[in-house]
Amino acid sequence: MNGPPTAPDTRDADIERTRLPSVLAETWKTPVGFWGALVTVDHKIIGRRYIFTAFVFLAIGGVLAALMRIQLAQPEARLFGPDRYNQIFTMHGANMMFLFAVPVMEAVAVYLVPLMVGTRNIAFPRLNAFSYWIYLAGGVLLWTAFALDMGPDVGWFAYVPLSGPQYGAGKRADIWAQMITFTELSALAVAVELVVTIFKQRAPGMTLDRIPVFVWAMLVTSFLVIMAMPAIMIASTSLILDRLVGTHFFNPAEGGDALLWQHLFWFFGHPEVYIIFLPAAGMVSTMIEPFARRPAFGYLGLVMALIATGILAFGLWVHHMFVAGLPRLGDSFFTASSMAIAVPAGIQIFCWLATLWDGRPVFKTPLLFIIGFVVTFVIGGLTGVMVASVPFDTQVHDTYFVVAHFHYVLIGGAVFPLLGAVHYWFPKLTGRMMSERLGQWSFWLIIVGFNATFFPMHILGLEGMPRRIYTYQPDLPWHGLNLFISLSAVILIAGFLLFFINAIRSAHFGEVAPDNPWDAPTLEWASTSPPPSYNFAMIPVVSSLHPLWDDRETLPVAAGLRTDRRELVVTTLAGAEPQAREASPRNSIWPLWAAIATTIMLIWSIFSPWAVIWGSIPVAVALIGWFWPKGTPEDES
Amino acid sequence: MIRGACKAGSGPLLAAPLAACGGNWQSALDVYGTAAIGLKQLIILIVAVCSVVWMLVMIALIVALWRRRDAQAQAPEPTRERRMTVAIMGAVVATVLIIGTFTVMSFIATRALNVAGQDDLTIRVRGLQWWWGLEYVGPDPSQRFETANEIHIPVGRNVRLKLEGLDVIHSFWVPSLAGKQDLVPGRPNELTIRAERAGVYRGQCAEFCGMQHAHMALLVIAEPQDDFDKWANAQRQAATQPAEEEAASGLQTFLAKPCAACHTVRGTAAAGTTGPDLTHVGGRRAIAAGLFETTRGSLAAWIADPQTIKPGNNMPLVPLTPEELRAVSAYLASLK
Amino acid sequence: MRERIVLGLGRLPLHGMGAASVTWWGTLAFMLIEGTGFALAIAVYLYLMNLATVWPINAPPPDLLPGTLMTLILEISLVPNILLSRWAEQQDLRKVRVGIVIMSILGIIPLIVRIFEFPALKVSWDSNAYGSVVWTLLGLHTTHIITDVVDTLVLAVLMFTRHGLNLRRFGDVQDNAMYWNFVVATWLPIYGCIYWLARL
Ligand code: HEO
Ligand code: HEM
Ligand SMILES: [Cu+2]
Repeated sequence: MNGPPTAPDTRDADIERTRLPSVLAETWKTPVGFWGALVTVDHKIIGRRYIFTAFVFLAIGGVLAALMRIQLAQPEARLFGPDRYNQIFTMHGANMMFLFAVPVMEAVAVYLVPLMVGTRNIAFPRLNAFSYWIYLAGGVLLWTAFALDMGPDVGWFAYVPLSGPQYGAGKRADIWAQMITFTELSALAVAVELVVTIFKQRAPGMTLDRIPVFVWAMLVTSFLVIMAMPAIMIASTSLILDRLVGTHFFNPAEGGDALLWQHLFWFFGHPEVYIIFLPAAGMVSTMIEPFARRPAFGYLGLVMALIATGILAFGLWVHHMFVAGLPRLGDSFFTASSMAIAVPAGIQIFCWLATLWDGRPVFKTPLLFIIGFVVTFVIGGLTGVMVASVPFDTQVHDTYFVVAHFHYVLIGGAVFPLLGAVHYWFPKLTGRMMSERLGQWSFWLIIVGFNATFFPMHILGLEGMPRRIYTYQPDLPWHGLNLFISLSAVILIAGFLLFFINAIRSAHFGEVAPDNPWDAPTLEWASTSPPPSYNFAMIPVVSSLHPLWDDRETLPVAAGLRTDRRELVVTTLAGAEPQAREASPRNSIWPLWAAIATTIMLIWSIFSPWAVIWGSIPVAVALIGWFWPKGTPEDES
Repeated sequence: MIRGACKAGSGPLLAAPLAACGGNWQSALDVYGTAAIGLKQLIILIVAVCSVVWMLVMIALIVALWRRRDAQAQAPEPTRERRMTVAIMGAVVATVLIIGTFTVMSFIATRALNVAGQDDLTIRVRGLQWWWGLEYVGPDPSQRFETANEIHIPVGRNVRLKLEGLDVIHSFWVPSLAGKQDLVPGRPNELTIRAERAGVYRGQCAEFCGMQHAHMALLVIAEPQDDFDKWANAQRQAATQPAEEEAASGLQTFLAKPCAACHTVRGTAAAGTTGPDLTHVGGRRAIAAGLFETTRGSLAAWIADPQTIKPGNNMPLVPLTPEELRAVSAYLASLK
Repeated sequence: MRERIVLGLGRLPLHGMGAASVTWWGTLAFMLIEGTGFALAIAVYLYLMNLATVWPINAPPPDLLPGTLMTLILEISLVPNILLSRWAEQQDLRKVRVGIVIMSILGIIPLIVRIFEFPALKVSWDSNAYGSVVWTLLGLHTTHIITDVVDTLVLAVLMFTRHGLNLRRFGDVQDNAMYWNFVVATWLPIYGCIYWLARL
């Protein structure tokens, strides 16, 4: 393909500084056009694509939410029958959790982490390309099934026996289980890339205590993914085996157990919510600095809180099973551990308050979303503490109270910071600023609409309204609040629409952004907006937590990398001392082939166990093609 | 509709003033059961404390954002940093104290949840897609009887519910009386309920159980011991032979058509077990797990087209002529 | 921003070995994922065992012979495996070629033994939950052997091509050897579970 643009072993320092960008651009380029889109391994292109796709899933998941709210606005409504409604809420939940919330956080990290740690590409860029394709395939599988009236209808946690061979007729539950395989595969791949990027590709001098908090958050999150996702892999595989080849994991008549599913699911499912929340918390810690115009208070506390949450996350899963009939003493242990998580959450909240207290706030849209986040997330966290109490939970479990709790933490706790982050990093993503006026409008619509929509759900839950009901009878006193909620959802949806309009418009017509529009202190702002394919012409050298605040004019850098091959620096784990000039792989079509082969195997295996055997052959072929050395300069050592 | 009957408050079973009728009859906030009363107190206390916590955070946030600042204050300064550290430590200690208290309170309240003993009235509750099978179990096997979807209990006594999921997982929840408990296939559970006042309390399956999860309700009717005994005695009896001609022909149709394959009417040849026991269906307040008030008309509507009324439920449409339909519904309505 | 050169990277090697290599860390991360998977699968076994009144359910304990033979072969394979890793570190192409051929064979032999292990379980996957979990454990481990064998074979071919004499390939061989150690190490608890817990 594209040969070396300069003679072998040319170093950056040997080239005129003005010519360096064009030389590097040639080495790191993605071919233009469709082919380029298929072969690229640039973390920025893939990250942008990932983020975009995740937001598309947010939008269509939101459409489902709107449909549910229309149905529930009045008693005994018949817009949908039970069959469709059950598919709709299952799709909404599964889509929001597996196709939006988890991937979007990883997607933002795919884009930002390499920039924030000052490297040129993510570790294992081809795996990164692969993981995007697999993610896309999983999403397309789920939505195609829904369009064909084969969407899963067993709830986003697909409890057995309802999802098992006896009661889950057709292929609906298999689709759910296989969608899990797709998204887990891609999430795990990204987690590995992020861990290795953060461990080994940090800029020289970026010791552990100089890592931006968002990067720490992603490190902890990646470990959560690595340790938690295998549980759901085991669970969904067992489910498929039960359904397809007649194993009995979950069949009590043959020594299996229905609660085994719940244990496995929530052993993953609880960490999953922190997989969504911790990146958001990291975003807040990182974004708050330029808007409070001071360093985030309590760096050590913030990082420790992330780690503590990550560890505690594995000791809470039973709090989703308080009414399943487990021993009461065990339940109480999980009450205690669930409550304990209020401590690291509190530490973070208090540190952010202290940062604002001591800072000089600039009221731009990202800060508004941070404020909205604090207001809303604390409510959601406190209702979390409420449901963590066993007796309290016996009344509100599986009611709209829980629906309110998790939307407060998911939307208030994760989506608000995410929206703030989009406004904040938009210039780095697109080179343009988002409109501040539209941003503020959408903020107010969203925060008002959100609270009006979800707050009354607490009351509905206490008044006895179970979740996941497609309708309710007129003699129950719920219709007033339900109508109010549905009308409020219109405001919320209007806010989201305005946000989307703002993003799309700004991407095309927004004001052109300078490199560092917010006077932010982290490395990604040292690059141009948007960054060039190689991120940094020379790798930055870091000597503090806020490199761009130490010196706003000059950036200390390291020289000596080759320009004729894709080269970056590998540094030591703790001290970030340079160890090697490592090559970074070139563009390749093989990840796409591997993804296609994997997709065929996984979808085929919904229908026949033999797919695993025959389907793995093309996968193996594609993987060999992927790893076979091509004799490019990157292969030198 | 069913509620309407409750409001009217007439009839021998409803002689006692129906407290539950005043407020919401399915609510964790409108409570008449011993357990639910205790839970409500706990809920209010925890919510109150958390509200205060939230308010304090909000005050801190507002002050942090809009407090007046000295213009010259610039970079973080050690004394201010130290003061903030102390403040945060204080807040963390307060957090630990609060959650510690919550944990202890929860632990104590949990122990009070299931208190019924072996000799209390025991009812086997079976969760099925999408109705409730009930069996009153006494020490004496001859005292046993079956019914469905409507539980009668004596006021002021502990009632022990043995919960069994027969197909998928369901959850038994009558919020005005007690918290919920799942019915898990292969894992029998127990729950104690005890009504402090007479009344009709509605409950609903709380664990998603498939198509008609939304229409899987039940009623708990708490009444004085005498009334309860009278009711139980009546339930133990087999169905009376229909007196009227129409009802009698209804019985014939019922036995001749597939109805009898799925339903039991004690005293007749109908002994199916797939659907609810219908021996005294006419005396129950609601049919189809809380969907309609029991009337001849609603019975006829249900039998004529169960799949439109409750899509997906396990009762097939049994083709009947209009006369047969009229007769069968008359028969069922007569089964008081 | 203006750049100020404060550090020279020119003398660094073009590729790091061991802890300086990203693929080494990547392999480690994948081992962590799979190790967690194995741990959970064993937890499922223990969970079901704890639930059952008799264990194994409706089956005699598995025959010891094939599984024990398997354990022996895997243990023995560690010797050439560790040697191979050392030769790769010394970048001794000739020895690495010999070693990787041996390891390819030592990877295939367990697969043959495995064919006899499944019937030795004396229960079918669809008889009951016990059968399901032992078949799954064994299946899970088998896929790991297969993956590693395919990887070893591809590497063996590579070592005989012009791509062989390359620091990266030696690194790959080391990573592959590390992964085989992992496959052997995970077998031990699974072996204990399947063959010995069923005899308690
Ligand atoms: C981003 C996602 C997210 C987050 C961050 C959380 C955070 C928490 N959650 Fe929630 N959750 C999330 C997502 C979900 N939760 C669920 C369900 C759920 C259940 C089961 C309820 C049931 O099914 O009956 C419990 C017990 C909790 C507990 C908690 C707790 C204790 C926290 C804590 O982390 C909150 C900590 C934060 C606090 C406390 C506020 C800040 C602290 C301050 C200000 C200090 C002062 C505090 C005190 C003095 C208390 N959650 C479900 C439902 C799944 C389903 O059934 O579909 C989802 C999706
Ligand atoms: C437009 C905003 C949204 C609205 C109006 C909304 C509305 C709802 C409603 C009404 C339900 C309950 C359905 C039922 O029980 O019958 C629900 C369930 C759920 N929502 Fe949302 N939602 C929104 C956004 C989100 C987002 C952004 C997420 C995740 C990040 C999310 C995650 C979930 C989950 C996990 C469920 C549970 C699904 C299940 O029970 O299987 N929602 N939502
Ligand atoms: Cu949880």
